[in-house]
Amino acid sequence: MSETPGKGLLDGLAVTLKTLTTRATTQQYPDVQPDLPPRSRGVIALSEENCTVCMLCARECPDWCIYIDSHKEEVVVPGAARARQRNVLDKFDIDFSLCMYCGICIEVCPFDALHWSPEFEYAETDVLSLLHDKNRLGEWMRTVPPPPAHDVLGEPSKEEATAARKAAGPGAATAAKTARPAAVRPRPGAAT
Amino acid sequence: MDLLIRILAVMAAFLVLPLVVGQIEHKVMAHMQGRVGPMYAGAFHGWAQLIADGVKFVQKEDITPKDADRTVFQLAPIVALFPYLVVLLTIPIGPGLVGQNLDIGLFLVLAVLGIGVVAVLMSAWASANKYSLLGGVRGAAQLLGYELPLVLSAASVAMAAGTLSLPGIVEAWRPWWLIWQAPAALVFFIAGLAEIRRPPFDMPIADSELVFGYLTEYSGLRFAFFLLAEYVGIVVIAALTTVLFLGGWHGPYEEQLGWLWTLVKVFAVAFVIIWLRVTYPRLREDQLQRLCWLVLVPVSLAQLVLTVAVKSLL
Repeated sequence: MSETPGKGLLDGLAVTLKTLTTRATTQQYPDVQPDLPPRSRGVIALSEENCTVCMLCARECPDWCIYIDSHKEEVVVPGAARARQRNVLDKFDIDFSLCMYCGICIEVCPFDALHWSPEFEYAETDVLSLLHDKNRLGEWMRTVPPPPAHDVLGEPSKEEATAARKAAGPGAATAAKTARPAAVRPRPGAAT
Repeated sequence: MDLLIRILAVMAAFLVLPLVVGQIEHKVMAHMQGRVGPMYAGAFHGWAQLIADGVKFVQKEDITPKDADRTVFQLAPIVALFPYLVVLLTIPIGPGLVGQNLDIGLFLVLAVLGIGVVAVLMSAWASANKYSLLGGVRGAAQLLGYELPLVLSAASVAMAAGTLSLPGIVEAWRPWWLIWQAPAALVFFIAGLAEIRRPPFDMPIADSELVFGYLTEYSGLRFAFFLLAEYVGIVVIAALTTVLFLGGWHGPYEEQLGWLWTLVKVFAVAFVIIWLRVTYPRLREDQLQRLCWLVLVPVSLAQLVLTVAVKSLL
């Protein structure tokens, strides 16, 4: 209690008065579209041709809201010893009434078949309509923003680095030679 | 005919001013909390929000609980609202502009404001609800306690002016009274806040402890009456503070613009009431009584002594 008595009361009044004079950040949503941050989690879009039915998304989903069905199809490659098989997607549903927008399915997808889209206006009057099938999920692909540009200061991707090395010819600087010493975990048995 | 016009004018003020204050509260409170408040009703910044609320309240079912004391329960909102109407009748707006010029205006105002506690107790007891009852008992303790500093500080200014008539007090007012009567003004304002149960003195309602205090069982139009009573209360306390301590219609060009000065001062005080509501949390029940009996009552008594001393020196 070293402060002057009543200072706290006046400070409180000052805070509310200051807030009164600063502009509110409210966005008048139905009239004005909100400006969402680029990585907004609105809805999950499916790029069907990228999906290999590996089921990783369905298995990692914490609340089991992804339903996948598929069948195998024989692909006859002329000249090959035997026919190849590939998976064909029959059903890919996401139940957005269960989804908790954790994004794990998008993280685990090895083939970039799932993407975040910032669209969020898909409320329904019937909860069953929140089950989006693969066509509906595919339509969301149009709204997926392009991926953010690469960090200009970052390392080039492996593919780019390899292409550059091959173009420069043998003996040129490789990524391994020029890179800063990275924290590489020694492989067991490699260095003893 | 003259009387009719006066009564109509007071009626209009009674219906319009609380709505304006309510709308100001909506907007000021919202902006103080970094929001924008109602924006749709009436198309321009939600100016018709309280009218829309009124229409909504009228449509709602008027429920009287089964165990409630029906007549008392249904009468309480009127008892809460009516005293304020009477008070508004005696408040002068400009020189000669007053609903009814009474020689004992201040006495009547304080007596009639005391009826508020009856409305609180009526609604609390008749609701047959423990939360209502707790709120009502809290309200009774609070209103009776704060009546004393309210009356004492009002008495100080009445002694200074040498009259109980509200227009008389305003006429006798001089700018240096702002300093002379400052403690009384402060006490009157704080006690007035407690009298109308505004935050930070809203223990009888205390929505986080007592559901909604003595208003718990009310719905529809009767609930709206209680809400209206709260906003008329703001107007009345702001107007009384203006008339008694801030010099009413005194200001530049007071012959022509006296009424404007009164209104400006009333709204300024109402703004402070809203400001305090947004800023401060509710007092605890024991802090409430402590503030009243250990701070406000001694200060107002000391102010009485000061008033007498200065008055006898003049």
